[in-house]
This record gives sequence, structure tokens and C-alpha cells, in this order.
Amino acid sequence: MFSNLVKKWFILPVSVLVVAIALAGCPGTDGGGDGLSGSFSIIGSNTVTPLSSVWAEEFMLMNPGVSIAVSGPGSGAGIAALINGTADICQASRMIKQKEIEEAQANGVEPYEIQVATDALSVVVHPSNPVLELSIVQLSAIYTNRITNWREVGGNDAPIVVISRDTNSGTHVFFKEHVVQMAGLPSEDTSLEYGSKVLFLPSTKEGVDEVAKNPNAIFYPGLGYVTGAVKPLAIKATADTPGVLPSVETALDGSYPIARPLLFSTNGEPAGAIKAFIDYCLSTEGQAKVTEVGYVPLP
Amino acid sequence: MLRQQVTVATAETGPDKGLRRRWRIGEKFIEGWIFLAGLLAIIVLLGIIALLLKEGLPVFLHTPPWEFFFGTRWYPVSDPSTFGIMPFFVSTLWVTLVATAIAVPVGVACAAYLAEVAPDKVRETIKPIIELLAGIPSVVMGFIGLMLLSPLVQSAFNLNTGLCGLSAGIMLSLMSLPIIVSVSEDALRAVPDQFRQASYALGATRWETIIHVSIPAALSGITAALMLGVGRAIGETMTVLMVAGGALAVPLSPTEPMMPMTAAIASGIGNAVRGGLQYQALFAIGLVLFVLTLAVNIIADRVLERQKRKFAR
Repeated sequence: MFSNLVKKWFILPVSVLVVAIALAGCPGTDGGGDGLSGSFSIIGSNTVTPLSSVWAEEFMLMNPGVSIAVSGPGSGAGIAALINGTADICQASRMIKQKEIEEAQANGVEPYEIQVATDALSVVVHPSNPVLELSIVQLSAIYTNRITNWREVGGNDAPIVVISRDTNSGTHVFFKEHVVQMAGLPSEDTSLEYGSKVLFLPSTKEGVDEVAKNPNAIFYPGLGYVTGAVKPLAIKATADTPGVLPSVETALDGSYPIARPLLFSTNGEPAGAIKAFIDYCLSTEGQAKVTEVGYVPLP
Repeated sequence: MLRQQVTVATAETGPDKGLRRRWRIGEKFIEGWIFLAGLLAIIVLLGIIALLLKEGLPVFLHTPPWEFFFGTRWYPVSDPSTFGIMPFFVSTLWVTLVATAIAVPVGVACAAYLAEVAPDKVRETIKPIIELLAGIPSVVMGFIGLMLLSPLVQSAFNLNTGLCGLSAGIMLSLMSLPIIVSVSEDALRAVPDQFRQASYALGATRWETIIHVSIPAALSGITAALMLGVGRAIGETMTVLMVAGGALAVPLSPTEPMMPMTAAIASGIGNAVRGGLQYQALFAIGLVLFVLTLAVNIIADRVLERQKRKFAR
């Protein structure tokens, strides 16, 4: 009787498991089928989400035993999740702040940041707009509503429609620090905020669409979102330096002033499946996907 | 009363006592089950109120209520953060006002046509189609507003951008129209036919009858319909998030970009750390919104009740 039960309730699951493992090793995985298994989550920036999703899909194809969940509520939320221990990998489009590192350490979490790609944050206008370049100081004045007419920066006599992402976005925070507040420039002023006339839109796509329709609009999408329907501006770090257009090359050589790192962070140095995944992201194959998605691969 | 009747019925048809007892047990079970289902709705409502209060009220320890309600600066991710919801509150009022101003005349006229003028066949075809309009997902309405309406509004009013309160209000009016038409039409059809016959007998035309007899007689029902439509417009989120423009200034006219309260919650909650200040502030906005829609719904309920009593003769 007892042995019957054991047979019934033990052998069936075991056989299922064996079949599953046998199947897992089966599909033509070249080199990846070394029995990696486990599941982990990637939470954070919605700028990085398209890239992480592609990586996760490819990695799961190569390692059927691994399952990865990607979600993009925003860099801030991802870092909070890492601190709270609910994310295995935090994806961010900005560095972790000192204050956040202290919070993490108080919680027994040791953030370990790895740069996985670079983004050249582009400033785009309508193709009919005669303005070709803007300095960071001018951009700051535009986004704080101190310059409200294109005439003041060498364009037509028309009001500027200023578009930004909403506070969910890591790009919102990065742009505020590095452009609105002019971090690293002599004119840096951390008391500056986005002006109250700025339009906060829920998605990058919507901002690009609006610029494509509106001759007076300005917006800041990641390089991956720049299409032929909008015109990227050359950016001058200061009034005296030459304007630089956003591209893979100018982001790589450091001449483009508002390039930013895209980062993965883990609790301590990664190990096991997570390490294998990050190694894949940093490999030649993984970095080729970066170009496909529209960001800048690591040098 | 009802149970007595049932017992009598079983006693007459089946003298079998066991069957009757089983019947009673089944009855009891179903009664209890329905009672629990009813209770569940109340528990959920109380739970929501408790949650909103618990998560939202602590923000007032950081920002005093007058600063929260009348402040015009909303910078949740800055240091120090400020939370003033005046721009959101005014935006909600503007958007709702535009939606109501469009949906009410159109909706009531449509209801009057369906109830008073249209032949039965036309009404039976048109009413379900209008009610189908209520089933279009709000994200689709937002998309239509973004792609079709906002360029039109921009060129028609010569604006800097078509993403503004006016565009959002027009989309919302389309979304509250089905409720207004459907409930007003029911109210108009509940008006006793003698009223109309009396009016015609006095020599009134059809137009005079509709304006002076039918609509006044159904006024409380129509008011309830309007309140339900307004409630829908206040609470709608996705469409206004996509179309209203999302600027943080207190809007002085509906043609400015603005961010109603629902959009403010939706665009901030993803970034809010659980239990953090921004989280609490967003829940407090939710509380304001809840009180507002609850008030509108209670008024609608009262008015509808009055309508029922009026014709319960």
C-alpha cells in the first residue's frame, strides 16, 4: 500500500522532471546548454527595457533552464527594488546616488554597478525648424521657461512648445541634473526645476510623435528613438565649444556632452546564472544587439 | 412574505417532509451566499477607504493641508520635494467642464430624439450602437485624440500644441455621451403618455411638448444621467494622460496643456517608492478624487430616487 503510494506520487514527478531536463538540453544550443538554471528579475529604467528584453529573450533561447522577468517602471523604482531585495538586477539610466548607496548598505545590500551600454540623449525639433544647435545653458533656459520664443535662440518668431518625460522616467531625472541644472558646468544651479509650462508626456514615443507634427516643439528622446521625422540638434557644452551631433561615434569618443551610461546593478558581485547573463550582455554578440536596439555599444 | 408563499406552494405539491427540509436548507444556503456577496461589496469599499486614508493622510505631516490643496508647485522628485495639487485640481475642473458642456446638450437632444421622435425601429437600432460606444477602451480613445483630434484642435484654435484640456475634454464628452443618452432616454420614456396627450390636446406642437412637458417631467432623471456622465469624466485616466498635455502650471483656460488629478497619479505612481512621501501624496490625490466622485454619485443617486418616487403612483 505504502510503496504503491510512493510509486504513484514519486515516480511520476521524477519522470516528468527527467523528461523536462532532457528536453531542456535538446534544442540546438551551441555552447549554452551547460545546464544553467534559475530565474531572476530585472527591474528599473524604461530606457533600458527594450535592450534588456532583447538580451533576456536571446539568453533564454540559449539557456532554456533560465527564466528572466524584465519590467521597466523607472530607474528610481528599480534602485528602490534592489535596496528592498525584490530585484536581482536593477537596470538604470543614471548612476546610483550616494544617498541610495547608504540606504542599501543599511539594508545589507552592496550595490555592484556594471555599465552595459551608453546612450546619447538627443535633443530633437521639427525638420522645418531653422535652429541647428543649442548650448546646454540655452537648453536649461528653455526647459525652465526663461526662454519662450525660438527667436531668442536664432529661430523663427514662434513660441517654444517644451516637451519632457514624466517623473517616472530616469531620463527625466538625468536631463534635469545634467541639462536643466547644468551639472558639471560653471553655471551649475541645483535649485533649478522644469518650468511649469513644460508638457510632461507618459511615453518617449508620444513625445517624438508630437515633435514630428508640431513645428515649434522640442523634446529629448534617447538615440534609439530618433527617426527621420524629427531633426536632432547639435549640442554645445558651453557657448564657445563647437556643437556636436548625437551619434554612436560622438558618444563613444566622449565629445557629445549629454551621453550617459546604461547600467546593471546587482547585490554584490554577480554569480551563477546572473553572472552568465551579464557576461552574455557584455560579449561581442550581446553588444551587437545594443546597436540593433539603437543605443551605443561599449568600446 | 415570499418564503411563506414558497412554503405553502411546496406543502401543496409535495407532502414529502424530507424534500421540504432539503428545500429549506438550499434556500438558506443561497440566502447566505447572496448576503455574503452583498457584504463583500461593502467590505471592499470600506477597505479602499481605509487604504486611501492610511496611505494618504501621512503626507499632511510633511505638507500642511492648505499647502497641499492650494500649493501650485508639484516637484515630487526634487530635494526638498513640494506637493501642491492646485494645478491638478483646476485641470480636472476644466476638463470636466468642457466634457459636460459638449456632452449635455448633445446627449439630451439625442435622448429626446430617441424617446420622443424616432420610430421604434430606429430607436431599437441606434440605442445599442450608442451604448456600444461606452465599450471602447479608453486607451483607444486616447489614441484617437492624439492622432486625429489634437492636430484639428491645434489648427482650429491656432494653438501652440493640440495636446490641451480642450482636446481631452472633447474625448471625454464622447466617452460620457453613452451614459447620458441611455439614462436620459429611460427617464424620458418613463414620463406617462397622458402628459403628452394632454399637451397635444391643448394644441401644443411636438417641439413644445418635448421642451415644456417631457423634459421638465423627466428632469430629475436627466440630472442623474448628467451626474453619472460627469462622474465618468472626472475619473477617466488614460485618455487625459495621453491627450491633456501634462503641464504643471495652473491652467487659466482650457486651451492650455494641463494635468488632471487622475493623470498626475498615473504618471507618478511608477516612480514612487512604497511608503515614501511621493507615494503618500499620490494616495492623498486619490482620496480627493474619491471624495469628488463619491459626492457626484451620491447626488446622482438622490436625484434618481426622487425621479422614481415622482412616478410611483
